[in-house]
Amino acid sequence: MISAINYYLFQVILVVSVAATCAYLIFFVNQRENVRRVARNILLCSGILQTLYIITRYILSGHTPITSEHESVFFFVWATTWAYLSFRWRYTVKNFGTFTSILILILVCVSAAVSREVIPLPPELRSWWLPVHAGITIIAYGFLGLAFVGGCMYLIQEWELKSKRLGYFFSRLPSLSALDKLNNHCLTTGFIFLTLGILSGALWAKQIVGNYWRWDPKEIWSLITWCIYLIQFHQRMTVGWRGKRAAVMAIIGFGAVIFTLWGATYLLGGDHSYAS
Amino acid sequence: MPAEKIVLIGVNHKTTPVEVRERMALTEGYEQPLLQLKNIPGCKECYLLSTCNRVELLLVTDVAQEAEKAVTSFLFGTHLDPETCKEYLYIYYDNEAAHHFFMVAASLDSMIVGEAQIVGQIKKAYRHAAGLNCTGALLNKLLHKSFTVAKRVRSETGIGESAVSISYAAVQLAKKIFGGIDDKKVLIIGAGEMAELAAEHLIGQGIAEVVVANRTLSRAVTLAKRLNGRAVALDELANQLEEVDIVISSTGSTGLVLTKQEVKTIMRLRRNKPLFFIDIAVPRDLDPTLCDLANVFLYDIDDLTNVVEMNKSGRQKEAVKAKRIVDEETIKFQHWREGMAVAPTIRAMRNKVEMICTEELERTFTKMPELGQQEKANLEKMTRAIASKVLHDPLQYLKNDDCERSNEKKVYNLRNIFKLEDGKEKEN
Repeated sequence: MISAINYYLFQVILVVSVAATCAYLIFFVNQRENVRRVARNILLCSGILQTLYIITRYILSGHTPITSEHESVFFFVWATTWAYLSFRWRYTVKNFGTFTSILILILVCVSAAVSREVIPLPPELRSWWLPVHAGITIIAYGFLGLAFVGGCMYLIQEWELKSKRLGYFFSRLPSLSALDKLNNHCLTTGFIFLTLGILSGALWAKQIVGNYWRWDPKEIWSLITWCIYLIQFHQRMTVGWRGKRAAVMAIIGFGAVIFTLWGATYLLGGDHSYAS
Repeated sequence: MPAEKIVLIGVNHKTTPVEVRERMALTEGYEQPLLQLKNIPGCKECYLLSTCNRVELLLVTDVAQEAEKAVTSFLFGTHLDPETCKEYLYIYYDNEAAHHFFMVAASLDSMIVGEAQIVGQIKKAYRHAAGLNCTGALLNKLLHKSFTVAKRVRSETGIGESAVSISYAAVQLAKKIFGGIDDKKVLIIGAGEMAELAAEHLIGQGIAEVVVANRTLSRAVTLAKRLNGRAVALDELANQLEEVDIVISSTGSTGLVLTKQEVKTIMRLRRNKPLFFIDIAVPRDLDPTLCDLANVFLYDIDDLTNVVEMNKSGRQKEAVKAKRIVDEETIKFQHWREGMAVAPTIRAMRNKVEMICTEELERTFTKMPELGQQEKANLEKMTRAIASKVLHDPLQYLKNDDCERSNEKKVYNLRNIFKLEDGKEKEN
């Protein structure tokens, strides 16, 4: 029963994500306020459904659903959606939803493409550290994903302004300062969560295997990612790095995040490989 | 052509460096200089226009050469030798003078082609000149014609729109860079008329603070006062650039006011806060490569024009149209003036009386069909004789070399009395 609910819930989420993206794209083209309201409500629906899906998945597998590839990507979707909604609640950034909904849709599609099988958890991972460590890290990814979206929007808008060819995107994208603020906010939040995620992982490792750091490929790549964001954070604090450089760093950082999530796992293996 | 010449002597932003113009600009109002001009020997009518970017002087005189000399020394004082003065000045006569003045009124000669302030300035100067009885029939006509030109150019071409929309585009861009401009500061370099126009627009959009920097501080102070801002000297530019967000530059300087290296240093001090430069000066004040710096945005006048989607060819077309209007009105003015000469006026008067005679005769003949050839001829003879006797004295008045009144005045009076059409417009 719960398995069927779980299955259909995911199909519905897929449809709702497509609908949200379409609604946001329509809004992007015609800029009508009522279309935006519809799109935002669809995305909110999607966020609620995603939460329900994770709960049913938890009931189904008996542990936090964050160990298989499907689960971790889906958790990423959930984190991005709620990071956006929480952000939206505080600031309005014009047409940010359109770009974010595209990222969300891509991630939902990825999670749909991989195996959705429920895999029992190896005994050594059965700990309350699992949701803390993996959950916090993926929430960080959610915010860093938003920073990536903001960075892309910044680069488009900046290109239009600098090349003096004010085309289609000029009027539709928000001001550079709004995008820069968004980047700053998302990177700061994401960086704090990422730091906490790495620290919790180190503490957990100490408990299981006795030492904090084992130079596992995923750990190395997490550290690299963390360093990229640290540099950006430091430069902003000291010499006021902002604008284009900050946007480029947000994109590079997100590239590192994606590599840590997939590349490090598939290419390099290690203890953090997805359960299969 | 009548003996009186219209002489236009002027300097503007194109011909004269700003340092020279600054020393000339007649800051203490129109009255004093106008009275001075009126006293120049041989000067029958005069008019003076003085703005930040130009001084234009219109004279009507019989003795052009002497008047020119007197005016030159009036303009430049004694601290420049006459040869150097000649380089800065432009002098036009008669039709060319009218043409140039119409170009000015149509805002085709302005730093920002199409800006509307110039007409207001011409009108204000005209009120002063007319108030002091400096203008007469000729200049009155010329000035009124110039208002017509300005009005026609404004309503028949799109040139005026672009000047307004340039300010508008600048605000749009600023909003896309800064989000809102409510808490932003603007620095104006150069106290020219266009800078003022742009600043007014920004203030209307709610900018927080205005700073005016100018080579001569006194003019910066005057403009700052009008804009409720503060004035700084040009030497303080670097300091000010650390604090402001938008810079509008419109100096008459031929070299660069800011180089890339200077701005690079400033950006470091600003901790990379974005800086938006608007360069509306021609030639440009700001290094075009500034745009390569991160967080620096530079738009010059052409870029802004492109932003308002008035492409270059469209703009050119509007300018051609406007020039055509100026040419047309110049020709009309020329015809009017030619008509103002003595001979055509005599002809016109004779024609008019002749026409009246013919009409009246015909009416009489139709009422009296019994009249024979001989009687008709006699009647005709009689009416013509009356007509020419009536005309005799007015014509005598016109032909007399009377030192008291100028020919223009006499022609003007007679044309009014006889209600003759202006010039030869019927021939057009």
